[in-house]
Amino acid sequence: MSITAYTNARLMDPASGLDEIGTLTVEDGRILAVGAAATTTGASHIVDCKGRVLAPGLVDMRAHQVDTDAAAAGGITTVVLQPDQTTVIDTDAPVERIRRRAKDYSSVRVYPMGAATKGMHGEEIAEIGQMQEAGAVAFTDCRRAIANAQVLRRLLEYANYFGALIVQFPEEGSLAASGVAHEGEVATRLGLAGVPVEAEVIQIERDARLAEMTDSRLHFALISSAAGVEAVRAAKKRGARVTAATAPHYLHLNENAVEGYRTFAKVSPPLRTEEDRKALIDGIKDGTIDVIVSDHDPRSEDVKRLPFAQASAGISAFETLLPLALAPVHAGSLDLMTVLKAMTFTPAKLLGLSSGTLNVGANADFVIFDPAKPWRVDRSAFLSKARNTPFDTLPVQGRVWRTIVAGKPVYTGEPS
Amino acid sequence: MSTKSSDHDPYVRAEIAPPSGIAFPHKHLLGTWGLDPTTIQHLLDTADRYVDQNRRAQKTTPICAGLTQINLFFENSTRTLMSFEIAGKRLGMDTISMSTGTSSIKKGETLLDTAATLNAMHPDVLVMRHADSGAVKLLSEKMSCAVINAGDGRSEHPTQALLDALTIRRRKGKLHGQIIAISGDITHSRVARSNIYLLTAMGARVRLVAPPTLLPKDVDRLGVEVYTRMDEGLKDADVVMMLRLQQERMQGGFLPSLREYYQFWGLTRDKLAVAKDDVLVMHPGPMNRGVEIASDVADDFDRSAIEEQVEMGVAVRMACLDILTRNLREGGEA
Repeated sequence: MSITAYTNARLMDPASGLDEIGTLTVEDGRILAVGAAATTTGASHIVDCKGRVLAPGLVDMRAHQVDTDAAAAGGITTVVLQPDQTTVIDTDAPVERIRRRAKDYSSVRVYPMGAATKGMHGEEIAEIGQMQEAGAVAFTDCRRAIANAQVLRRLLEYANYFGALIVQFPEEGSLAASGVAHEGEVATRLGLAGVPVEAEVIQIERDARLAEMTDSRLHFALISSAAGVEAVRAAKKRGARVTAATAPHYLHLNENAVEGYRTFAKVSPPLRTEEDRKALIDGIKDGTIDVIVSDHDPRSEDVKRLPFAQASAGISAFETLLPLALAPVHAGSLDLMTVLKAMTFTPAKLLGLSSGTLNVGANADFVIFDPAKPWRVDRSAFLSKARNTPFDTLPVQGRVWRTIVAGKPVYTGEPS
Repeated sequence: MSTKSSDHDPYVRAEIAPPSGIAFPHKHLLGTWGLDPTTIQHLLDTADRYVDQNRRAQKTTPICAGLTQINLFFENSTRTLMSFEIAGKRLGMDTISMSTGTSSIKKGETLLDTAATLNAMHPDVLVMRHADSGAVKLLSEKMSCAVINAGDGRSEHPTQALLDALTIRRRKGKLHGQIIAISGDITHSRVARSNIYLLTAMGARVRLVAPPTLLPKDVDRLGVEVYTRMDEGLKDADVVMMLRLQQERMQGGFLPSLREYYQFWGLTRDKLAVAKDDVLVMHPGPMNRGVEIASDVADDFDRSAIEEQVEMGVAVRMACLDILTRNLREGGEA
């Protein structure tokens, strides 16, 4: 088997804490050697990384479409698909179909999350065991929080038997109701129905108690507020086995982004205040928020260019994931290793995947990027199926140079 | 234009022109948010002169003859639609009105497709009402003509605020320093929002009075004083502006009953007693008598300006149509 050597790279592996200039060699789709001591001996192909960062490929825990090319361009090597597809993924058949199709047609690895309840109706537990055997990596009702406490309790107990992760959307449905923006000054002025912060906090606090009661693992899909961060922090302090994620748009934008009824900034949960935005960054810093996801949700202009209340929520986010996540690093509020850990090792560990690391013998899934490279987001250049982003023309820093899956380049940016 | 010519002219040629140096700096009238006092003053001054014209026997002027005005109402309305139609006709415009029942939105056409279709017909003014906040702004982005917001969702209803301001100014002589209490369903009211922005911009002291369930979050940050008790909110008020209780939007259990609402927040003579003696009572209509306002208050000839508001509505809409089309004709800012 031929060996490829990636030399002169800043090797960063949050799983082991490795951060040194060196070489990584790949043989037969797996990592053969890594570190300053690794050599190019026997390599048939040598790639000079010229000091760029070489890190595990990003493991994106929350995407609503596979969108392979866009994922690869974003440095994502593992996409976790949400169950809210045209046919809800709530049995083993669609799980198997997605896994098979992904193996045949996708350049990146794709795993689905299964629905936590049948039809995502929040009433009956879905066939978790069978879906897990077919390849589902976690279970969630996607944008619907399981409202019935007894159902969630049983679900957590049942999932625990399979060691399965339950992912809950932290939004109390009746409080969020018809809300389309953060309940506050901007929504009031624009005459938009609001989603109060309490919708998030109440759901987290109740569900964290159920996780404690059942001694189960529970992951909160998207935290958007300071109070939400605090609720997770308090639950962790009590010993609850809870984890949480957020997405870069919550780290970058606040409620002002919807001024002028900008539907490209309509997301669920909604963008909140500046204080909330800062608290989320602090949450990542102290480990309260474990994971950064893209929440990639490509939407056509047809469903975006509508009156605000009617427009779909969501951002096409694969291709901006890395540079947006790096912004707090450039601003000095987070360190690079922490950010990478939240996008590689931690999500892989939560989902029970063997990727997300540069360990010898692991899948050769990695990304090589230049963290300082300045560029401007240009939605017209997106490879994604849709270009709904509020970040168009935003100057950012950090660009993917190569994305490698199972040792094979699946995205090649500019030449060396 | 001389008085003499108007004696023989089938139209009264109004001498209504902007004061020198003032032009309307916007292509559309989408809201009162962000309008500066000079612009508001200019709109009100122009409207004032149309009030006089409307009281004459000969009400029509051909200054907008040849222009086309489309009134596109996706929500039911009688008074606003009629008011805009009369306003357009009095300026000599060709006015066409279309309501939900006849529009293609019912057939699944998107708002932007509707905009493209209308645009191809080259209207000069489009007046639009829609049930969703921001819908008029969205449509205006695709229209080459001037667009007037006739009410969108719970966002804005600028001509209502202008006609309210005109009514107050004519009765009280000024807006600055007036204590104006807006009472009722603030959460769902575009009238309240447009009035808050306009009246605070003009230096009035705006108070909101409503049950806590009908006050939107952080509304105090809009430069208003917020009260939940009528006796506190109405104390020493110069103007009390009642809002319609939007029962069609009351599905979320905002109030236990209309009977209870009337007892605590309905405007009665007793509750009004704490306001100034010469308090002006207003209501954008249509009124729910015995719900938000007592009949004897609504019909109080000395205090109620409710019918006058309707009259001012036509004048204000004439002023808006005149000014916006003038802007178009003279190549104002696009």
